[in-house]
Amino acid sequence: MRWRTPLLATAFALAGWQVLVWVTGVQHFILPGPIRVGQAMLKHWESLAEHGLVTLLEVVLGLTIGAALGIATAIHIAFSARARKYMLPVLVFSQAIPVFALAPVLTLWFGFGLSPKVIMAVLIVYFPVASAFYDGLNTTSRGYVDLAQVMGATPVQIMRRVRIPAAMPSLATGLRLAAVYAPIGAVIGEWVGSSKGLGYLMLLASGRAKIDLMFAAVVVLAFLTVAVRALVDWLCKRYLGEVNAPAL
Amino acid sequence: MGGERLFGPLDLSLRAGAWTCILGPSGVGKSTILRLIAGLEIGGTFEGEIDAPAVAYMAQDDLLFPWLDVLDNAVLGARLRGEVPDLERAKALIGRVGLTAQIGQKPPTLSGGQRQRVALVRTMMEDRPVILLDEPFSALDARNRAQMQELAVELFAGRTVLLITHDPAEAARLSDAIYILDEGGLRGMAAPEGDAPRAVDDAAVLRAQGALFKELRGAA
Repeated sequence: MRWRTPLLATAFALAGWQVLVWVTGVQHFILPGPIRVGQAMLKHWESLAEHGLVTLLEVVLGLTIGAALGIATAIHIAFSARARKYMLPVLVFSQAIPVFALAPVLTLWFGFGLSPKVIMAVLIVYFPVASAFYDGLNTTSRGYVDLAQVMGATPVQIMRRVRIPAAMPSLATGLRLAAVYAPIGAVIGEWVGSSKGLGYLMLLASGRAKIDLMFAAVVVLAFLTVAVRALVDWLCKRYLGEVNAPAL
Repeated sequence: MGGERLFGPLDLSLRAGAWTCILGPSGVGKSTILRLIAGLEIGGTFEGEIDAPAVAYMAQDDLLFPWLDVLDNAVLGARLRGEVPDLERAKALIGRVGLTAQIGQKPPTLSGGQRQRVALVRTMMEDRPVILLDEPFSALDARNRAQMQELAVELFAGRTVLLITHDPAEAARLSDAIYILDEGGLRGMAAPEGDAPRAVDDAAVLRAQGALFKELRGAA
């Protein structure tokens, strides 16, 4: 039952797309209809799967490493006033540099392999996780902290057993955002320089005027993103024990 | 600090093993006195001396941790300090407040009265000689409040209790010593005779309640 509404909505969107293509008579190398894209997916499923798995690996690695770094940073700056003083401005300033601009440099430094894409994903994931979790750690209800203090808990114990568990819903918000951002980082990395991955496949298909294959790669990327997002959502519900998880 | 003086010099001593109540309108600094005794931040400067042993603290907000069940909330103090909690004692106390059936539930599934009972057990589990109560019953409905007052008197027997309240009826019902704190400072009032919890409709309680109410009104 819970799949019916999204399926129906998707079907409507696809039908609208196909009708648009038929009515306007637009050339298939400008905008292929969903039927053409579907055919391309069937025809090229092997290369789509191969490149998709590469992108998936980059996304999962980038997400894991970026989230771990973001979590560590958030705890560190929430705990130490000195770290807050020095790291918070750097953190905010780092966001002023567009990740896109760094992609060529990363490729120059780390070559055409997996690592520059993973680093791109890490960079794009790091900030939303760190900032959402830090926000949560910083807004622990005063009453909880007072109670813990009267009970004789040390600052470390308060961090571990009060502030961190109380911030879990905020961490989950950051991780959900990160799950959607990570594929962006990976694909940007692939565009700048690679021989594998969905981003590479898109450029390749576009260069050979195989627009239907390009769209097929976009569709696979979208599915991949939705799947990663669903996995993160499930993990958050399972392990972060949220009482009231937001729907999205 | 550039702020205002919250209150002038005041001197308060609690009788050991008895309930002392500070009654007053909102915003005169009742909770600040309690926070000072508990050793918490007050957002200001304090000059003077506080001689208080280890305390346990219970507020109007039950402050139950939503991610812990009733039993884990009851032994929160031990959990926070990394000690081994006395689960048997916690279970016995949870039984005494009538929540054995809810022992594995999380706070969001409990009623306000049930949550405050868990907070009561958590306060008891701290096993401190002095107990500070910051309007712990004021958010409850009349029936739950009366029951909670009786339960608290029963469980906290033999301990030194400082109760902050704005309710003259509560003060008259529970206290062995009553102070009024308002703009005029802190002053002692007569508490009714007899052991707490006194009956809500006891003549002496009603008289005391009337006198307290008059004093509060008169000062305003």
